[in-house]
Amino acid sequence: MATLIFPEHPSPVADAEALRKACQGWGTDEKTIISILGRRNAIQRKLIRQAYEDMYQEDLIKRLESELSGDFEKALYQWTLDLEERDAVLLNVAIKQVPLPDYRVIVEISCIRSHEELLAIKRAYQIRYKHSVEEDLAQHTTGDIRQLLVGLVSVYRYKGDEINVRLASSEAEILHRVISEKAIFNHEETIRIITTRSKAQVLATLNHYKDDYGTSITKHLKDGSSHEFLFALRTAIRCICDHHKYYEKVVRRALNKPGTDEDSLTRVIITSAEKGLKDIKELFQKRNSMSLEHAVAKDTWGDYKAFLLTLLGKED
Amino acid sequence: MAASDELGALTRAFSGFGVDEKALISILGKWHQEQRQTFRKGTRDFFTEDERQFERWDDRHVIQLQHEFLRFKHAIVLWTMHPWERDARLLKEALHKGPQHKVLVEVACTRLSDELLGARKAYHSLFDHSIEEDVAFGIHGPERKLLVALVSSYRYEGTKVNEEIAKSEAKFLSSAIKGAAGNKNLLENEEVVRIVATRSKPHLTSVYNHYKEITGHYLDEDLDGELYLQETVQCLCKPQKYFSKVLDASMGPDVDELKKEAVTRIIVTRADVDMKLIKEEYNHKYGVSLPNKIEDVANGNYRDFLLTLVARGD
Repeated sequence: MATLIFPEHPSPVADAEALRKACQGWGTDEKTIISILGRRNAIQRKLIRQAYEDMYQEDLIKRLESELSGDFEKALYQWTLDLEERDAVLLNVAIKQVPLPDYRVIVEISCIRSHEELLAIKRAYQIRYKHSVEEDLAQHTTGDIRQLLVGLVSVYRYKGDEINVRLASSEAEILHRVISEKAIFNHEETIRIITTRSKAQVLATLNHYKDDYGTSITKHLKDGSSHEFLFALRTAIRCICDHHKYYEKVVRRALNKPGTDEDSLTRVIITSAEKGLKDIKELFQKRNSMSLEHAVAKDTWGDYKAFLLTLLGKED
Repeated sequence: MAASDELGALTRAFSGFGVDEKALISILGKWHQEQRQTFRKGTRDFFTEDERQFERWDDRHVIQLQHEFLRFKHAIVLWTMHPWERDARLLKEALHKGPQHKVLVEVACTRLSDELLGARKAYHSLFDHSIEEDVAFGIHGPERKLLVALVSSYRYEGTKVNEEIAKSEAKFLSSAIKGAAGNKNLLENEEVVRIVATRSKPHLTSVYNHYKEITGHYLDEDLDGELYLQETVQCLCKPQKYFSKVLDASMGPDVDELKKEAVTRIIVTRADVDMKLIKEEYNHKYGVSLPNKIEDVANGNYRDFLLTLVARGD
C-alpha cells in the first residue's frame, strides 16, 4: 500500500512553474520542492517533468541536480526519474561500484520487481547505456557470484502457483547435501534451483528444507570462504521469500548503523513509497516498538529528513 | 507409362521428402490386384516375405511413410503458428525429441531479443515451466551453463559497439582457443561463455572480424569440434552460413528423421527473415540453387509449399 498523499487535481504546468520559481534566484526553496514532488505519484511526476521541459527547454532533473546537494539531492534525483530509469540507474551504479559491485542492490531489483517491471528496466538500461545489463553485470563479476547474479537478472520465471511436491523435496535434499559437504562447495545446483525455478516452487523447496532439517536455509549459509557469494545468496532467498520483511531489516540496519546508511534508506523508501511502504512501516513498528517516521526523524537531518517524512506520509 | 517406369515413379513418390500425391493417385488409382502384387513382390525395400507366404509392409517403412505423408501437414501447422508458440514448441522438442540440443542454440541465437522473450512467455503457457528451469534441470553436461545462458539472453539490439572491448575480447578468445587445443574444455571457460552469451550481435560481429585480423582465421572455423560453441558463434555472427550448412546436411542421402525435420523448420522460420540471403549463401557454397535442390529431393504438396516459401521476398 502506498503512503503518499497527493491532491486530487494537480496541474503539471502549475507544478512546473512553482518548481521553476523555487529554483530561481538566490538559494533554493527546498520546502516547495518537497511539498510538490513529494506529493505526486509516478505518472504525475512524469507529466511535470514533461511540462517543465516544454516550458523551459531544460530537464528538471538536471536543474535539481545543480541546485541541490548531498543525500537530499540523491533522494530527489531517484524520486523524479521514471520508475524504470531509476532502477536502471541504480543497477548501473551498483555494477560499476569499486572495488566490488553492490550485490545487494542487484539482487533486490532482480528478485523483487515483477516480470514486466524488470523487462522495462532492462529496456531502459539498454537505451541509456547502450549495453544490456547482463553484459555489464557479467563483465564486472566473476565465478559463482557472476553465475548467480546474471542468472537472477536474466530469468523469466514461470508465474504459476502450482508446485511439484516431490521436486521440492528432492531439491531441498540437493541443497542440504551441497551445504553440508562444505569442503566441495559446488554451487551449481544451488544456483540452478534459485535462479530458474518459479517463486512458488522455490518457496516450497525452502519450506521443505525447514521441515526436513529443522532450520531455515539462511542459517546454514553462513560459514565458508565464499563470503560474498553466500551473502548474495542469502539476500536473494530473503527477497524471494518475503521482501517486505527483507526491506524492514535493511531499513532497521541502515538506521541503527552508526552514521546511518542513507543510500540504503533512500533506496528502500523511494522504491516502496508507491508500493509496499505501508507494510514495511507496520513491520518496523512491530519489530522496533517505534514508528518508522520516528526512527527516521531521529537519525536524519534537514531537507533530506523533511523529504523522507513527506514520503512516509506525515502531514505538515 | 511403362510398368518399370511406373514402379520407378512410385518408389520415387515414396522416397525423399513428402509424397508425390499426384503420382500416387494416377498410378495406384488404376492398378489392378495383379499390378499391386507385382509391386509388392518387386520392391524388396518396402515389403518383406512373411513366413506364411505373403508380402508384408516393412514396419520401419510404414513409419517412414507416415512421416512423409505428414510432412506437409507439419509444415502448414508450423507456418500458421504464432512465432512465439512455434519457437516455444521447437525449444521443447529440442529438449525431448532426440534430444537435439543444437536446436536450442539455433532458436536462442537467431531470433531477435523480443522474439526470444515472446517464445519464453509462450513456453510458460504451453508447458507450465520456464525454459530456463527445464534446460537447467534436463541437461547435465558441460554445455549446461552455456545453454541456460543462451536461452535466457536479452541482448542489446542497438548498433553501438565498443571497438576496443571487441578487440580485446577477440584477443582473449584467440589465446583461449589456442590454450584449449585438444582439451575441448572451452565450454568450461566462463569468460568464453560470458562473451558469447551476453554480448550484442553487432558486438560479436566486430569480435569475429577482429579475430580474423588478429589470427588470420575465422573464429567459427577455429571452433571446429567444440561442442555447441561453433554453432553458437555461427548462429550469432553468420546465420545464413549456419542455415545453409544445416539445410544441405539435412537434404543428403540416408538422413534420419530428426535431421529431415530441419528442412521444414529452417524454411518455415526463415522464409520471412533472411531466406534471400540464405539462398545466396547456399548457391555460393554448394553450387546449386536451393530451389533446385528442393525440387530434386522433395515431392508433391510438401515440395510445392517449400518452394513457395523459399520464393518469398524475391
